[in-house]
Amino acid sequence: MSPTNIFAPVSTPAHAIFGISMFMLVVTGAIFVVVFSLLVYAAVKFREKREDNGREPAQVYGSTQVELAWTVIPVLIVVVLFLAAARVIASIQNAAAPPNAISVTVVGHQYWWEYRYRDLNVFTANELHVPVSDPAHPTPTFLTLLSADTDHSFWVPRLAGKTDLIPNHPNHMWIDPHETGLFLGQCSQYCGVQHAKMLLRVYVQTRVEFDQWIEQQRKQGAAVVSLGRRVFESTACINCHTVAGTVANGRFGPDLTHLMSRDTIASGSVANTHENLRRWIRDPSVFKQGCLMPAMGLSDAQMDAVTEYMETLR
Amino acid sequence: MSTGLIAWDTATPARAPLVETLHEWVTTVDHKRLGIMYVLYGLVLLMAGGVEATIMRIQLIRPLNHFVSPQVFNRMFTMHGTTMIFFVAMPMVFGFATYLVPLMIGARDMAFPRLNAFSFWMTAFGGLLLYSSFIGGDGLYGAGNAPDVGWFAYAPLTSRTFSVGHSTDFWTLSLLVSSVGSIGTAVNIIATVICMRCPGMTLGKMPLFAWLNIVMAGVAILAVSPLSAAQLMLMVDRYLGGHFFDTQAGGSAVMWMHFFWVFGHPEVYVLVIPAFAFASEIIPVFSRKAIFGYPVMVAATIGIGFISMSVWAHHMFTVGMPSNGNTFFVLSTMAIAVPTGIKIFNWLGTMWGGKIQFKTPMLFCVAFLFQFLIAGLTGVMLAVAPFNWQVSASYFVIAHFHYVIVGGILFNIFGAFYYWFPKVTGRMYDERLGQLHFWLFVIGFHVTFTLMHIPGILGMPRRIYTYEPGRGWDAWNLLVSIGAFIQALGILVFVGNLAWSYFRGKLAGSDPWDAWTLEWSISSPPPDYNFATIPEVRSRRPLWDLKHPEDPDWKYE
Repeated sequence: MSPTNIFAPVSTPAHAIFGISMFMLVVTGAIFVVVFSLLVYAAVKFREKREDNGREPAQVYGSTQVELAWTVIPVLIVVVLFLAAARVIASIQNAAAPPNAISVTVVGHQYWWEYRYRDLNVFTANELHVPVSDPAHPTPTFLTLLSADTDHSFWVPRLAGKTDLIPNHPNHMWIDPHETGLFLGQCSQYCGVQHAKMLLRVYVQTRVEFDQWIEQQRKQGAAVVSLGRRVFESTACINCHTVAGTVANGRFGPDLTHLMSRDTIASGSVANTHENLRRWIRDPSVFKQGCLMPAMGLSDAQMDAVTEYMETLR
Repeated sequence: MSTGLIAWDTATPARAPLVETLHEWVTTVDHKRLGIMYVLYGLVLLMAGGVEATIMRIQLIRPLNHFVSPQVFNRMFTMHGTTMIFFVAMPMVFGFATYLVPLMIGARDMAFPRLNAFSFWMTAFGGLLLYSSFIGGDGLYGAGNAPDVGWFAYAPLTSRTFSVGHSTDFWTLSLLVSSVGSIGTAVNIIATVICMRCPGMTLGKMPLFAWLNIVMAGVAILAVSPLSAAQLMLMVDRYLGGHFFDTQAGGSAVMWMHFFWVFGHPEVYVLVIPAFAFASEIIPVFSRKAIFGYPVMVAATIGIGFISMSVWAHHMFTVGMPSNGNTFFVLSTMAIAVPTGIKIFNWLGTMWGGKIQFKTPMLFCVAFLFQFLIAGLTGVMLAVAPFNWQVSASYFVIAHFHYVIVGGILFNIFGAFYYWFPKVTGRMYDERLGQLHFWLFVIGFHVTFTLMHIPGILGMPRRIYTYEPGRGWDAWNLLVSIGAFIQALGILVFVGNLAWSYFRGKLAGSDPWDAWTLEWSISSPPPDYNFATIPEVRSRRPLWDLKHPEDPDWKYE
C-alpha cells in the first residue's frame, strides 16, 4: 500500500478529512450515476433511425417546471455540502493547543526542512520527531510554519492536509498521530529546481522514545580533535552549517550537531551511509543537481577526514 | 463531379503570387481572415505545448528517471501551462468568436476591424516573445532560457534573488503584450454584439453563441486587467526597486496569489464559456431540436459570469486564510455548480426526444457532456476546503483541471473545428478520419486523465521532476504516459485530416448540416462582405423559419 495514501489517516485532522471526503464521494457519486444514466439513455434512445426519413422531431423550447426542479435540487445539495464542509473547517482550523502540546517551528528552505523545538532547546533538520498521541489523552504537536526563501508546503498525507510555508506570513497546523511509525510526505508547493527532492519524514515515537530522543539531541557532542574537524572549520563549510559547541554556526544549511542520528541526508532523498556522505561532500549535485550546497573541491585525503569527522557527530 | 461544381471551380480567380497573398494576410482587417489566423496560431502552439507535455510524460514514466534535467523539466511545465492557456486556448476561442460572431448576427465585420487586427498581432507577438526565450540559452546575455517559475509564478520565486537572468522577464512581458490583445478583442466582441446585429435580432433572438461570447468578453476584461497590473508590479519589483511582492522588504507573497487567481479563476470561464457556446450550437443541430430553455441558458451564463468573480481564493485554501475566509470561498465555489449544472441539464433536455446524428462534431460534444459532468463533480469535491487541503497541488488537481480544459474545452474546440470546417474552407473533412481522431483522443484522454486522479490521492504532488519508488505511483504514471502518447497520435490524425481535407475534401456547399443560424445562409467559404444584403430575422433560428414556413419558430418564442 502507498505510504502516502490520503485515505489511510492516522491523525485527527486526516481522519476528519477522510470522513468528509467519503461523504462527498457518496453524494457526487450518486449525482454522477443519475446524470450519467440519463445521458446514456438519451444518447442511445434518441439516435436518428433509418425509418425517420429525415423528418424533424417535435420542437420543444423549454419547460418552467423542469427548469425549476433542476435548479432547486442542486441548490439544496449545495447547502448540505456547504454546511458539512464548514463544520470540518472549524473543527480543524479553530482547534486550540492544549497546554501539554509539543510546539515545533518548521522553516522551509530551498530544498530542506529546519525544525526548531524552542521550548525543548532542540534544533534539527529534515527528520521530524513527534510523540504518539493517545486519543484519550491527546498530546498533539502544533507546527508554526515559516519560510526562509520561497513558498513551500508541508504535506504528510496520512497525518493532515497541507499548509503552505510562505515568507513573511506565519502559518499554523497541527497533528496528533495515533500510531507510531515513520510517515512520509514531501514539499508540495513548487519552490525551485530541487522541489522534487524536498522530502518529509515524520517519526512518531512512544513518549519514552521521544523523550530519549530529545535528551540525546540536547547533548553537546564530544569535543573531538581531528584533521577532519580542522578542515571543516577552516573552509566555507561553517558559513552554512552549525555544529553546536564549535565555531561552526552557519544558518543557511542543516544543523549537523547530531547528523549521525538521522537516517537520511539530502532532505530525505539519500540514505545516510559512509559512501553517500562522502559522495555528497565531494559533489552534492550528483544527488541533487541544482541544490545550493557547492562542491567544496577538497582533496581525497581531506574528504576522507571530513567524512570521518561527520561520522563522529552523533 | 457534376458540371455545376466544375463551373464553380473555374470561376475562382487564378492564384495570386505568394508574396502578394502573404501581404494580404498580414495587412488584413477582415474578421474571417483574422479568425483563421487566430485559430491556426493556436493550433501551431498546441503542437509546441503538446511536445512539452510529452517530454514531461517521458520523464515521469518511471521513478528516478533521467530523461531530462530538473531545470529542463521545470521549464517544460512552465512553458506548457503558459502556452496552453494564453497562446492556445485564448487565441482559439477568440478566433472562433472573431470569425463567427459577425456571421451569426448578420454583420459584415466586427465593430472595430483595425482594433481586431491589432489585437491579433499583439497576441501573436506575445507568443513569439515567450518562445524567443529559448533562443540563446543560458550563455547569451539578454536572453535567458525559458521561464521556470511555473505558470502562476508565485512570488517570491520570481524576484531577482531567486530568478536570475531574464527568463522571468520574457514570461512577464509576453503575457503583458498578449493581454493587450485579449482586452482589445474582448472590447471588440462586446461592441460588435451590442451594435452590429441585423434588423429583427433583438437580444432575446440572438443565437446563444453570441450571448455566451459577450459574457465571456465581459469576464475577460475584468479578469485580464488585474493580471496586467500584477505583471507591471512584478516588473517594478524586479527593475525599479519596488517591494510589492518582495517579502524580504515587507512585501506580500500572498498578494501576488490574490492578483493572479483573481485573474486565474475567471480565466477558466473565459475559456469554458466559448466552449459552452460551441456545444450550444452543435448539440441542437445534431439533435434536430431547438435549444432547451434558451432564457435559462442565458441567465445561467450571466450567473456564471458574476459568480466566477467571487471564487478565486479556492486556489488558496492552503495558504493559511482564516477559517471564515475559507468557509466563504467554499460557499461561493459550490454556488457556481448550480448554473453550470443547469447548463448540462439543458443540453441533455435538448437531446431528449431529438433525432441525434452522431457525426464527429456531435461525438466530441457528447464526450464533453460526460467529461464536464465529472470535472464539475470533482470541482465540487475540491471546493470542500478540507479535502482541498489534502489534494491541492497534487495530481488530483492536475487531473481535475485537465478534465475541464481538455475534456471540456478542447473537446468542444475539436467539435467546433469539424462543425465549421466546411463553412470556413468550403470543403468537407473526412468523416472516417474524424471519428478515428475522436476515438483515439477519447481513449487517450481517459487513460491519462481519469487515471491521473489516483496518484494524487496517493500523495503525489505536482511539479516534481522525479519521484521515489515505493510510493505506489509507478504503475499509474506509466499508464498516464501511455495515454499521453495515444492523445498525441490522435492530434496527428486531426491535423492530417484538416490538411488533407483542405486540398482534397468534397465540396461542402453552403449548408451541409441543415443548420439554422445565419452563417449557413451564405456560400462556403463566405464572400468578403459576408451578406450581399443584410438579412432580417424574426426568431433565433432564421433558417428554420425559411425551411419550415408552415411552422416557424417566431410563433412560439
